[in-house]
Amino acid sequence: MKPAAYALAPTAGERLLRNAVVVYIWLLVAVPLVALVRVGLADGLQSLTHALSSPVARAALWLTLWTSTLVALLNAVLGTASAWVLVRYKLPGRALVSALIDLPLAIPTLVAGMMIAVLYGPLTLVGHALELWGMPIMFARPGIVLALLFVTLPFVIRAVEPVLMEIDPAEEEAARILGAGPLRTFQTVFLPAIGPAALSAAIRSLGRALGEFGSIVIVAGNIPLRTLTAPVYIFGEIESGTPRAAAAVCVLLLVLALALHGLASFIERRIGARHA
Amino acid sequence: MLERASGAVAARAASSERASSAEAQPTHLRWAHLQPIGRAALVGLVCLYLGAILIGPLAALGVELAHVGIPAALHALAQPDAISALKMSIELTAISVVVNTVVGTLGALAIVRQRFFGRAVVNALADLPLAISPVMIGLAFVLLLGRDGWLSPLIDRIGLKVVFSFPGLVIATLFVALPYTLREVVYVLEEIGTNEEEAAATLGASAWQIFWRVTLPNIRFGLGYGVLMALARSLGEFGAVLVLGGSISGQTQTATTFIHDAIEERQTAGAYGMAVVLALSSVLLLLGLEWAKRHKKVR
Repeated sequence: MKPAAYALAPTAGERLLRNAVVVYIWLLVAVPLVALVRVGLADGLQSLTHALSSPVARAALWLTLWTSTLVALLNAVLGTASAWVLVRYKLPGRALVSALIDLPLAIPTLVAGMMIAVLYGPLTLVGHALELWGMPIMFARPGIVLALLFVTLPFVIRAVEPVLMEIDPAEEEAARILGAGPLRTFQTVFLPAIGPAALSAAIRSLGRALGEFGSIVIVAGNIPLRTLTAPVYIFGEIESGTPRAAAAVCVLLLVLALALHGLASFIERRIGARHA
Repeated sequence: MLERASGAVAARAASSERASSAEAQPTHLRWAHLQPIGRAALVGLVCLYLGAILIGPLAALGVELAHVGIPAALHALAQPDAISALKMSIELTAISVVVNTVVGTLGALAIVRQRFFGRAVVNALADLPLAISPVMIGLAFVLLLGRDGWLSPLIDRIGLKVVFSFPGLVIATLFVALPYTLREVVYVLEEIGTNEEEAAATLGASAWQIFWRVTLPNIRFGLGYGVLMALARSLGEFGAVLVLGGSISGQTQTATTFIHDAIEERQTAGAYGMAVVLALSSVLLLLGLEWAKRHKKVR
């Protein structure tokens, strides 16, 4: 990045405005998070072990971790496949679908949860059929995965699409002419380009899924030890008047979320990408 | 381009058929006849995925509204609770949009164009709300501003009630919508560089003139995109406003927490009516976002 030019050296007024904004961002973001960590770690690491001694908390954390990881993996594969189809195949209705991909970013997650609940609830054809097959969605773990897939849908697709569009067709042609099959072409031409983008977006979707609350509240039924996720557990602790116990679990999730955020940002900086 | 490549493959497959010996064929030609099947399978998989995750649920909400009945939903929305919840959401969104437009523009200008101590930290802080669960945000502010909170002596002194009241809702909404305008403007500013602004400065324009005549016209579509995202996020925020506001009917209930309470009380008509209002506004926002995105690219 080029240093600010001499001609544009900030005036006193600009410096004042800048300081005001900097203070605003510090007060709004840093101070509350410091308060959270301070309370969460009030007794040092002992608060963490104490919080994790509750089987309900442990089960909630574990459920959140594995569903989010599963969703991130599914996103990496199916999101890349979707971007591939949307960019390379001129199918009818492509423009409409492509516009709808961003919908999960614009729609309240609570409403997203309701949509999943309506389609897969026991009262609809789909939900009823799945229940007969022995796979209830609502108030069960598959519902959690579906809701998380909905809210994280745009991440990988939107990250892979621009990379796919930028790949020089000559590279692909060269690979084919040199005798590479479709799989080999994908491995040697496409994967090195879209791999890092898909990876960082999958990490972002993992972070997003770890913190998801609105859609899960509707879909999961929040049964302790079975369908209670960590964010809903934290909410329950706040509701029942023990926010300090919730803070320790929060600190664990916060550290994880910040680590994932940092990792994804690092990859994005290296490949010069932006995130959704 | 794809057609051309597959055409070439097909032509080579045809010519190698004439060349009789199958063993002499390179691998990709031996499997060439499977390619259309592979492509159809991929398209089928993606259609199934997008149908199951995105399009199916969206359509289902529309069908369900028809099932509940539009008159019943409208009637439920005309109740004073629903109206005050909707009004509350609109007020919060308006405040958040105005504040974040100003903060996003000024913050991005400072981060991209000025060099100061702690610049990278502020840049990172402004991105954090994207990474943090809304419930956590709510809890952090409760622990900071609530009863026995870190700043509660100060807040009691002023006589301000933050948690379970309007200021709490404002803070929660401002927090979650912070990154959108700022990031979008940062991207645009980094892309356009400072040449035009330097030219204006050397021609004698004041900082004020440079901003209104050069910088703002250049960033307007990026800023517009960010503002629409901030609007969507503010309108749809649920976890943080639930924890900080407490969803007190007629006081701190927003459109989203109204839906939550309506579902708990089995007021289906109200829940679906409000959900469809929010879904329709997000579809409108989506159209606006597409429009801004198209203009953002062409420059």
